[in-house]
Amino acid sequence: MKQKGWKDLPPGSVVLEGGSAVNFKTGSWRAYRPIWNKENCIQCLLCWIYCPDMAIKVKDGKRGEFDYDYCKGCGICALECPGKKGKNAIEMIEEGK
Amino acid sequence: MAKIVAVTGNEAVANALRQASPDVCAIYPITPQTDMMQKYASFIANGKVSTEPILVESEHSSMSACIGASAAGGRVITATSSQGLALMWEMLHIASGDRLPIIMPVVNRALSAPLNIHGDHSDAMGARDTGWIQIWSENAQDAYDNTIQAFRIGEHMDIRLPVMVCLDGFIISHSIERMEYLEDAEVKNFVGEFKNFLPLLDLDKPKSYGPLILTDYYHEYKRAQHEVMTKVKNVVLDVAKDFEKMSGRKYGLFESYRLDDADIALVILNSAAGTSKDVIDSFRNKGIKAGLLKPRLFRPFPYEEVAEALKNTKAVCVMDRADSFGGYGPMFMEISSALYQLKEKPALINKIYGLGGRDYMPSHAELVLNELNEIASSGKIRIVKEYIGVRE
Ligand code: SF4
Ligand code: SF4
Repeated sequence: MKQKGWKDLPPGSVVLEGGSAVNFKTGSWRAYRPIWNKENCIQCLLCWIYCPDMAIKVKDGKRGEFDYDYCKGCGICALECPGKKGKNAIEMIEEGK
Repeated sequence: MAKIVAVTGNEAVANALRQASPDVCAIYPITPQTDMMQKYASFIANGKVSTEPILVESEHSSMSACIGASAAGGRVITATSSQGLALMWEMLHIASGDRLPIIMPVVNRALSAPLNIHGDHSDAMGARDTGWIQIWSENAQDAYDNTIQAFRIGEHMDIRLPVMVCLDGFIISHSIERMEYLEDAEVKNFVGEFKNFLPLLDLDKPKSYGPLILTDYYHEYKRAQHEVMTKVKNVVLDVAKDFEKMSGRKYGLFESYRLDDADIALVILNSAAGTSKDVIDSFRNKGIKAGLLKPRLFRPFPYEEVAEALKNTKAVCVMDRADSFGGYGPMFMEISSALYQLKEKPALINKIYGLGGRDYMPSHAELVLNELNEIASSGKIRIVKEYIGVRE
């Protein structure tokens, strides 16, 4: 992509469109990877609410897989997940292991 | 019809702010500004202006509130002094980098330590490189007029930058002077409706302020910011022309006082310029060609114009009411940068005066003008930088 010169930049570095974060795949920042244990999931969607990015996909009201292109591995979803009968539905594992 | 009043500098500026009817004002007290915002708060309480006040817990928060409100869309003001301005430091850069036209009177006061509440220019000089436009004022009338013009300058569609309007703490902020108020309707018409530019509260066109910009674009953004500053001078002059039409009072990038044929000259900011002009007159009466240059627009600094105004003098003293410890005074650095580009330049010296509100007396100006007179005839400079009015 050809980079813009200084004359073509929006004033004040204001981002002029909504949802532009989709253009930046930030998944490579991840040091820990969340793993979804479907059998312990009660479909409460708390993970979807709490994820500071939009890295948990929901389709037809049902929780789907992680979107690892954008998941930064912050672990908030794993912390908030109530799971089933005390068994967490999200586990964080070290990347590269 | 102008109304002649006797008011303090703080009251005069509070009225200028009121007449511009801002949407939001962040308020936090600090001497000697406190009573300006107190007056403003009473205007709000008495229904004289419909500004939304935000009472904050520090100046860092007050500038943050201004940034949020200005990005949301609207005319935004606050005021501060000294430590308050220092505490705003990181937010000042964000206000200018985001191109938010916040208008902020700065009632100049010394910086701690040692703790001192009186007037000098250390606070605003320290904020020289924050990307704000700075306009300096000699007296209450100047401060009032500059505040009104600041809205037109900062909010100009080609500029959109925050503006500090500087006036001397206590000497101007708390002294009562005769001055003229413009009619509310005149100021309203002069300042005009606030025009939004990329407001956050435009739900049809979502935006974000303050993104992370790294090595690939930061340099370009700063280049663009520099470019905007180069346009400020012309806008300041255009606005001054319109202001003169309305008020009859003339403003420029700086004031030249008996400078045209001067052999020796003082460069001096704000209230001390008034004292100096009297002494210049007495030297003129003695047949010595003395003159004075009082800067008004300090950021961006009008280097070429200042050089042009001083180029025929033989010796110039730049008077600084602030010091850059280990360097020359901040105004001296600007004037010497301006003069360096000339083939033939006057001898240049620097005096530091009046720190922490120490009185600047006519005798100080006399001393300096006598020294300049000697330099002009002998060509010899005894010392470049020196404190005056200081006990040994
Ligand atoms: S680890 Fe963080 S970023 Fe990744 S899905 Fe969970 S909450 Fe979202
Ligand atoms: S928070 Fe846990 S249990 Fe709830 S939907 Fe997400 S993964 Fe399933």
